[in-house]
Amino acid sequence: MSIARFWRETPHRYNLDGVRCAICQTVYFPPRSVCPTCSKHRQSIGRLEPFQLSGEGEVVTYTVVHDAAAGFEMQVPYVLAIVRATEGPQLTGQVVDVLPSEIRIGLKVRATFRKLREEGKAGVIHYGYKFAPIEDRSVPPEPKPPEEPTPVPTRTGPGSAKA
Amino acid sequence: MRDVAILGIGQTRFGELWDRSFREIGIEAGFEALVDAKLSSTDLGALYLGNMASGSLIDQEMIAPLILDYAGLAGHHLSAVRVEGGGASGALALHEGWLAVASGAHDFVVVGGAEKLTDVPDTEANRIMSGTADHEWEAVFGATLPGLWAMIARRHQHDYGTQREQLAAVAVHAHEMGAKNPNAHFRNRLSIDQVLQANPVADPLGVFDCAPLSDGAAAVVLGPMERARKFTDTPIRLAASQVACDTMALHHRRDLTTLDSTVVAGKRAFAQARRSPQDVRVAEIHDGYTISALVSLEDLGFVEKGRSGPAFASGEFSGSGKVTVNTSGGLKAQGRPFGAVGVAQAVEIVRQLRGQAGDRQVSGAEFGLSQDVGGTGATSVVHLFERVN
Repeated sequence: MSIARFWRETPHRYNLDGVRCAICQTVYFPPRSVCPTCSKHRQSIGRLEPFQLSGEGEVVTYTVVHDAAAGFEMQVPYVLAIVRATEGPQLTGQVVDVLPSEIRIGLKVRATFRKLREEGKAGVIHYGYKFAPIEDRSVPPEPKPPEEPTPVPTRTGPGSAKA
Repeated sequence: MRDVAILGIGQTRFGELWDRSFREIGIEAGFEALVDAKLSSTDLGALYLGNMASGSLIDQEMIAPLILDYAGLAGHHLSAVRVEGGGASGALALHEGWLAVASGAHDFVVVGGAEKLTDVPDTEANRIMSGTADHEWEAVFGATLPGLWAMIARRHQHDYGTQREQLAAVAVHAHEMGAKNPNAHFRNRLSIDQVLQANPVADPLGVFDCAPLSDGAAAVVLGPMERARKFTDTPIRLAASQVACDTMALHHRRDLTTLDSTVVAGKRAFAQARRSPQDVRVAEIHDGYTISALVSLEDLGFVEKGRSGPAFASGEFSGSGKVTVNTSGGLKAQGRPFGAVGVAQAVEIVRQLRGQAGDRQVSGAEFGLSQDVGGTGATSVVHLFERVN
């Protein structure tokens, strides 16, 4: 990806700048130029106004990725989730500061500014949002049969992402 | 609109075809279909070629005229069009071919699908196929295609109690069928335990929940039904061809465990054919991931929402119920050469309806369905097929 291709999305990926439809008040992230749900579909053009998400939300589904996307190989296993923002829109992003065993549907999270990955030979660094828990995340660990070797827990996110 | 018949079918073996080039496999499938249809190349009006990513995979664009050229047909100056819709590219090409013949724009067309995935390292192939997700708002944040399907699986487990073993049953069935298909990428059988113990890809999905990266090509010849008897004693009527689209990103869907594009394409298709899911005896559905097969069965109306897991595990879709799915081995075992998949699904249904499916023949197969999905469901294509007696 060229630098410009990432740079032009900076306001959205750094600040969670979305839009709100002035007609029906629905909030969108990322920004759209036409409101998909508004009954006055075409009249919404030009009336989607800047709106910044608070960054708070809740995990609606998640996975622990072991076979990484390109540029994320050093971060496995990492937690990926769909988060429903308080203002309504859903976003896909990593959840950090959480063990794979601690992630669950319903976990309250807040967006946090992180390094996403480095890309290509030039090592262009991409930054953007990830999510971190904002509530007590202690859940009873699932009982495991004793004969299975216990894997060394790998803390996703900060160790690798900030490195 | 005219009734459209499938007059001929062709397919290469699917798998890691390191000794064979893109153009070789494309031509092999196409000629096999033409020979099967007993149609002269000079009768053809057009070629529609489904393909996901030849530009990234083999550095070659304009593959439709390329295949036409190396098939010796450049001098006929036919129309040749590449059709792209991610994993649904082949089925979309079939839809375009159906439109052309049904509308009367062309009388006879070849619909092909071809993909060469093993000319790049598999990490590169994985990166390229993640382009069927929303690159800027999913892939950039570390989402992989299996990762996105895994999140559908996780939510399905949460909402409906779907068990890990029930997901695994989809892969076990696919390999059971693949073992009987000489064209299949994988011809080994799998056990539930093998699926459960495989390396994790994206929790809860493991390696054996995911279809492989395959090379392969498939083709069908379409023509007007009123002229079909001149070419074949067993014309198969394309009873419906429907495409529906949805949001590009999974996170923007109305419901994370429902493929609305499949729901809509399926309803439109059954309405077009004046049939219902109860009429279907054989179905080729999108099992690129074990979860994709389960949600597809629900969204096509074969089983109530949320009940696909227990229904599949009890054998309802692998022989004991009305509809038997993925007799080809599906994407999981027959293989997943992206652009070829939708056409290969049609080829398998035609084999079943003609009674030519060998060891995997389903008795009394007269009406069939194919469903192909691009990305995580931004595009779904549903076709219905009917044996004409």
